[in-house]
Amino acid sequence: MKHLYRTLILIISLSFLAVSCRSSEEFVPEENAAETLLKVKEITNATHIIELYSATGTTSLGYNDLKLRIKNKSTNQYEKNATVSWKPVMHMTSMMHSCPKSLVVTDTKDNSLYSGYIVFQMPQNATEYWDLTIDYSINGSAYTATSIIDVPVSSKSKVSAVLGSDNVKYIVAYIDPKTPKVAVNDLTVGVWKMQDMMNFPVVDGYTIKIDPRMPGMGNHTSPNNVHATQPGSGKLYTGKLSLTMTGYWKINLQIVKADGTVVKGENVTDANPASSVFFEIEF
Amino acid sequence: MKKYILLFLLFAVFSKSAGQELTSDTAKSQSIKEVIVIGTNKISLKEEKPLASIDEYLQKSAKIDMVKRGAYAWEPLINSMPTERTLLTIDGMRIFGACTDKMDPITSYVEVSNLSEATISSGQEGSCHGSTIGGAVDLKRNKSSFGEKRLNYNLNTGFESVNLQKIWGAGITFKNENFYSDANFMLRDAENYKAGNNIEIPFSQFSKMNISGITGVKIGTNKLVEASIIYDKATDVGYPALTMDVSLAEALITSLKFQVVPTNDFFKDWETKIYYNTIAHRMDDTKRPNVLIHMDMPGWSKTFGYYSHLKMNFKNHQFLANLNGFYNKSTAEMTMYPVNPAESIMFMYTWPEVQTLFQGLYLEDRLTLNENSSFKFSLSGGFHSNKVESTFGLNSLQIFYPKLNSQKNRFLKSLAANYYGHQNIWDFGFGVGFGDRAPSVSEGYGFYLFNSMENYDYIGNPNLKNENSLEGNVFVGFKTKRITAKLSSSYFHISNYIVGEIIPLTAPMTIGAKGVKAYTALDYASIFNVSLDAEFKVIKSLKWNTQLVYSNGKDYLEGNLPFISPFNYRSSLKFEQNKFSAAVSVEGNAKHYHFASKYGELEKEAYLISNISFGYLFNISQARILTKIGVENIFDAYYSTYSDWNNIPRPGRNYVLSMNINL
Repeated sequence: MKHLYRTLILIISLSFLAVSCRSSEEFVPEENAAETLLKVKEITNATHIIELYSATGTTSLGYNDLKLRIKNKSTNQYEKNATVSWKPVMHMTSMMHSCPKSLVVTDTKDNSLYSGYIVFQMPQNATEYWDLTIDYSINGSAYTATSIIDVPVSSKSKVSAVLGSDNVKYIVAYIDPKTPKVAVNDLTVGVWKMQDMMNFPVVDGYTIKIDPRMPGMGNHTSPNNVHATQPGSGKLYTGKLSLTMTGYWKINLQIVKADGTVVKGENVTDANPASSVFFEIEF
Repeated sequence: MKKYILLFLLFAVFSKSAGQELTSDTAKSQSIKEVIVIGTNKISLKEEKPLASIDEYLQKSAKIDMVKRGAYAWEPLINSMPTERTLLTIDGMRIFGACTDKMDPITSYVEVSNLSEATISSGQEGSCHGSTIGGAVDLKRNKSSFGEKRLNYNLNTGFESVNLQKIWGAGITFKNENFYSDANFMLRDAENYKAGNNIEIPFSQFSKMNISGITGVKIGTNKLVEASIIYDKATDVGYPALTMDVSLAEALITSLKFQVVPTNDFFKDWETKIYYNTIAHRMDDTKRPNVLIHMDMPGWSKTFGYYSHLKMNFKNHQFLANLNGFYNKSTAEMTMYPVNPAESIMFMYTWPEVQTLFQGLYLEDRLTLNENSSFKFSLSGGFHSNKVESTFGLNSLQIFYPKLNSQKNRFLKSLAANYYGHQNIWDFGFGVGFGDRAPSVSEGYGFYLFNSMENYDYIGNPNLKNENSLEGNVFVGFKTKRITAKLSSSYFHISNYIVGEIIPLTAPMTIGAKGVKAYTALDYASIFNVSLDAEFKVIKSLKWNTQLVYSNGKDYLEGNLPFISPFNYRSSLKFEQNKFSAAVSVEGNAKHYHFASKYGELEKEAYLISNISFGYLFNISQARILTKIGVENIFDAYYSTYSDWNNIPRPGRNYVLSMNINL
């Protein structure tokens, strides 16, 4: 019965999402006309409608850049200078856990726009689902709103949750390039660790070694890649990803501690065509 | 096939031509340029193999060798230098092949029926139509000239047993006082050839069709306009030395010429031409077994150009100026189809829409010092610019060269001085020259071009300096009633010599390749050759010809350069009397000791092959019918030489038949 209830909620929320997708409103933030945001969904409580946006109008497995606005139901105005925090939670059959996420910050130019990222490290299924609770306070009054978030299965691996040789559970996520090119691409990846079920802080000072390969063509690699490192504590990792042709690439990874210890991932050799931790892209 | 036969029959109404050229090149006599007569219009009884390919005609020269990747489209080397270092033109027109793997040198887009001769110039003597290091070959179009009204036609047919090659050709020429027009057609169709010992070489077939037309109209007493077109299409061409064949190699070569032959003493000839040519080339691996990944590799090359060529005489000076320019765009792609059809196709530019713009001026003065000696001085300068038009391609190259700009400009120059002397039976000359060249499209901008002989992927290098050459040449010849002999020698000191060097720790893209090489420049390399051509008239109707060539090529560390011929010789006895001719010849190489293993060469054993041919000329009423029968490689030797790509063996015993009818 409980399962059925959850399934129903999921189906309803999915159909709601489908509707909202179709009627998805575009929103071009003032500070950056080049960036068009599409509404993912609206999350409502008694007082506000929270509009959740992303570049694609969807949420997906892996890293998600999200933005939101809070519309006052009575004034129809967007709330400025709210203090916002969020908590994504995976409702599994036997337990609940969260995922890596950033703080929610107010946009520097448009103070009615709040942004951050969430990294969904596992997809939903028939019985397990993600929801997102948004806690915010405006002028000393606290509010909250919760809604189910759609995180479908992805055909390409963009995030990996792995247990390192140091018994730490790591989450690595592919962030950029979102539209890869035959070029040296600026690579951004994120590395977090599972501190407990609800806290996933950024891992500092590691190196994510990359080895892009084309399994469809002799598993050849590409030259002049730069392993991803952190430009500063708490930041995402950046590197260079060379792609010599279009097609399907597997980016083999190794998670390396500051002292050089590889906690997860293997070298790609003739005998070992892929690392146990990798991302996939196709273009 | 049927439509070709129909065309052939259509052409069978016509004739051959003769007559005065509108222009006369007075300077020719003093040049050390070599001229090889080609063509189907005026085949001489002497010609051993009248319907041979252009490649076979050219390789008779001591200066020319041929790199062979199969039975078709050989790559000419001049002074042991490949096409990047040489200049190949058709009537002064620049044309660039569209294949990244050098499967289509421009000599493959013309036919013997299109041409009257090939002028071979060594080193900077060939810099009239552009920059060169090794020399130049200018293929001259075959055409009539104004004269008494005449309509002639020729029919040609031939057969070669070694690859069951069928050759069909037909030509028509018409001329009168104010108009001339030539049209011709040629078709070749060959199966796989057999090497010695009856060993079939798979994927060595080819099929080629060529049509050309040229028309001149006199406008005024001393002016003419001439339009020329060549259409050439080869299909189903096998390249046994490579991993891929060619499904299509197609060229359209057009030009419009305006010529003035002034009657005054100062201006002698002024010729201006605009031209356009376009080439499409498609590699094909669909017929090969065990293809790991199927790929399409098409290439395109388009060239617009012009030249304006002025000859003037003043006192004992003969001046020549050639203002010339061209624009070329070379594009090549590679699309790979994954075994899993759900995966996206893999695509890259191997030539990223590379534009080349050239504008140059060549000046030459021949100074006749006295009856027996003359001096020639030439000078040229040119602006050369490359631009990568494709952003996709530029981004790709920036993987290797992060700071690469899309455009690169260069200034090219050439300087040469020669002295010619004559005394009694002796002819002699010597010269010095300096010239440079820009890297080719592949050398500058190629992206993962697989070299199957070295087994490396090649990456271009847009930052290469100009390669330049300092050369010296000398010849001495003598001529008596019975003996004609000429000994010539050239030496090239080539700085910034462009070659591929391994990029360490860089993995190849091609499955099975050993690594990646990028073009880079050696400090210098040197190439030396000396050749002897001699003819001895044993009796009036019997001549003995001999050609001996020694070549040497070293890099600055005394390492061997690739494609340097071992000692090479050919010798023939030719008998000709009345309407009958016979020739027996031998040709061979000494053992190839100085092979360049760094570039994939193996030591090659010496070889010697023997050929024989007979010809008879029938005159039946108006018709002149030349028949030839010959056997090449009589003893069916199984051999391969230093210039056979990936050591593919050469053809074995070959019975050659041909018939040329001129009416």
